[in-house]
Amino acid sequence: MDMPLPDQRIITGRDGLIARLRGVLPADAVIADPAETRAYECDALSAYRCAPLAVVLPRSTAEVSAVLRLCSQMGVKVVPRGAGTSLAGGSFPTADCVVLGVARMNGVIETDYDNRFIRVQTGRTNLAVTGAVEADGWFYAPDPSSQLACAIAGNIAMNSGGAHCLKYGVTTNNLLGVTIVLMSGEVVEIGGPWADAPGLDLLGVICGSEGQLGVVTEAYLRILPKPEGARPVLMGFSSNEVAGECVADIIRAGLLPVAIEFMDRPCIRACEDFAKAGYPDCEALLIVEVEGSPAEIDAQLALIKDIAMRHSPVAYRESGSEEESRKIWLGRKSAFGAMGNIADYMCLDGTIPVSELPYVLRRIAEMSAAVGLSVANVFHAGDGNMHPLILYNANKPGDLELCEALGADILKLCVEVGGCLTGEHGVGVEKRDLMTVQFNPADLEAQLRVKDVFDPAWLLNPAKVFPLDVTASRRAS
Amino acid sequence: MKGAFDTPLRPQTEAEVAEMVCLADGPLSLRGGGTRGVAYGAGQVLETAGLSGITLYEPGALTLVAGAGTPLAEVQAVLAAQRQRLAFEPPDLRAVLGRQGVSTLSGVVATNASGPRRVQAGAARDHLIGVRFVDGMGTVVKSGGRVMKNVTGLDLVKLMAGSHGTLGVITQVAFKLQAVPECAVTLQTDAPLGAGLALLRRALGSPFEVSGAAYGPFGAALRVEGMEASVRYRVAALKALLGGDWVESAGDALWLGVRDGHGLGEGALWRVSCKPTAAEGVVAALAGVPHQAVFDWGGGLIWIAVQGLADAGAGLIRGAVAGVGHATLLRGAGAAHFAPEAAGVAALSRALRAKFDPKGILNAGIMG
Repeated sequence: MDMPLPDQRIITGRDGLIARLRGVLPADAVIADPAETRAYECDALSAYRCAPLAVVLPRSTAEVSAVLRLCSQMGVKVVPRGAGTSLAGGSFPTADCVVLGVARMNGVIETDYDNRFIRVQTGRTNLAVTGAVEADGWFYAPDPSSQLACAIAGNIAMNSGGAHCLKYGVTTNNLLGVTIVLMSGEVVEIGGPWADAPGLDLLGVICGSEGQLGVVTEAYLRILPKPEGARPVLMGFSSNEVAGECVADIIRAGLLPVAIEFMDRPCIRACEDFAKAGYPDCEALLIVEVEGSPAEIDAQLALIKDIAMRHSPVAYRESGSEEESRKIWLGRKSAFGAMGNIADYMCLDGTIPVSELPYVLRRIAEMSAAVGLSVANVFHAGDGNMHPLILYNANKPGDLELCEALGADILKLCVEVGGCLTGEHGVGVEKRDLMTVQFNPADLEAQLRVKDVFDPAWLLNPAKVFPLDVTASRRAS
Repeated sequence: MKGAFDTPLRPQTEAEVAEMVCLADGPLSLRGGGTRGVAYGAGQVLETAGLSGITLYEPGALTLVAGAGTPLAEVQAVLAAQRQRLAFEPPDLRAVLGRQGVSTLSGVVATNASGPRRVQAGAARDHLIGVRFVDGMGTVVKSGGRVMKNVTGLDLVKLMAGSHGTLGVITQVAFKLQAVPECAVTLQTDAPLGAGLALLRRALGSPFEVSGAAYGPFGAALRVEGMEASVRYRVAALKALLGGDWVESAGDALWLGVRDGHGLGEGALWRVSCKPTAAEGVVAALAGVPHQAVFDWGGGLIWIAVQGLADAGAGLIRGAVAGVGHATLLRGAGAAHFAPEAAGVAALSRALRAKFDPKGILNAGIMG
């Protein structure tokens, strides 16, 4: 992967930079020992590594502001980092940058059930947000697979989704306000525990901006009362097409399951070998989950069963207990682990119109066969957000490049059928150079202009999101 | 572009919009059908109504793409035929604003127009998944697309929603849709203001999925939608939770009135967004001043009509809402329509407008 040449002037001045960082932060908040910065050389896109100049772990918005002000004055690039779980390399460092991690800022500032919000520091993990309100019967809806580890800062940066966003929306739909520190060090409060912006919707463009616009240190999040219960049903079909039709029929019927998850045969087989969840041997499998009181769940599942039966499922298994629900989800939730057990894998994240599902799955199978790398598909079918997993062997020369080329072709296919490169993981460094497939120069220029406003010197999270040649003149000036 | 100001420009294609903006030698006053704009800029009127027509509707994927000038009513009719809808319930403001004309999708998007269901389903901006627009230099830009989950690049879709035509001329929009539920029931009870608002908040804090929570001359009102059996169950559960006497009714009349700001008096008209628990205090600031208020979103939205104040009540209302929300003046004079923003936010917004509309010709100056 191409990265810009590091700024030798900054690298040469490393010692001075670290001394000045120590001047504005407590001693334990600046990590400069290469042995200790090693943990920050990559995020979950672990195929690429680069040591930063230093890592800072501030404990407050004021400290974040001090770091950014200093780096801004010195012309030093800053890579913001939540928990480092980005699959897209969203917090991949450069050799001439300071990594700014918010992990130590993980407190709850305010919980207000009457007004249905929680205000947290953004280093808090996604699951710990729900954890703070769960005992009182509330939850935070967006639930990325990495929710045990991933931080709200990263969720906001990537506008993260999850299996249950079919009903509850993604981060942007559940974010009410932020405290953001601009690269200049200026602290700006945007939004709050009320609806809508009085002027331009800055919150809307900050959410999902991948650390390009500022460092979000605190956030007001919408919390919701927990549903009374939830129950999944598992159904197997004889082809991807039939499973795809069943999904469309469920949606058309006006049912709103909280999740519709899809797995194809390679994925089912791998998960079964790994997790022994007792999945049926079939071409395609759906897990549909509904919520409500026991009676509501029964009524919804009855309708879903009617629809499913019209598509002659080869298996139909309704959960009747907590244990059965757990087993139904077990395979799906261990999908990535199962793949990791077989091989190295690359997880894609393109979204397609739901109607294109059968065609896209067929094309992926053809492309996979042509290249000779296996692809397993597991995805959020209700909203068309696919997660093809390309299996490769990192120790085999040329395999990673082959895998990346196939990945790029699959993402181009997603765009070609009316979809997009990324539904919830973000562009990061991984898909940066594919942006021109989805956007023409004018579309990209409009996005760059927003970046110009928030970070005029282009110091924040460098070499991400936008193709390098598109940003070259801005980065140089 | 020369032309009498009383002859609106009515581009029929996106390319014509681009040409008109490119050639404009003065400010453009942008609008869809002119039914809901809080304010319009001075200058040559440019209407989007010619950019009309649904280009893609996939009921099975819950998505619709249409020209920005497509009449809202046309879209609603097409969706209704498939038992689908725009979940955010855009208001019809013609009556309260004294406007004529045909509401268009571009106006809905440009004003981020959302009704009672916003409290459950989100605002217009939450349902907008793609947009095409012409910026102030005449360049066509697209953001988002036609799929529900899309985090590719910066989200200019959200930025365009609620930008009141100050960043670009919207030419095409894509929405995600919602199925019309089988059944809707409204619950009403008499209660004094403070207790009534508390009931609404309590209902919204329950797992019974309330899709409307309003207080007005009709008392406290809740709406429950969904499959019939589920609605029956949740109505009973809400009654048990909240206590008191609740009257059940079917039909949407009450919610249409709340949506469109009906039942308020003459004078200045405000829409106030606030922390729900602050709602009572905001209205209390008007004690002694003739006014009427209707509360929606569980108190998170207040419609207020104020009579007899030279500043339209801005001092009192904006003073009371400082730190807990913001107030927009929809109708009346004597105060800025849009709430003044904090310096940092205002600077960013100004800089964004300068980037998208460097000539300052798109509904210039209306948002500050």
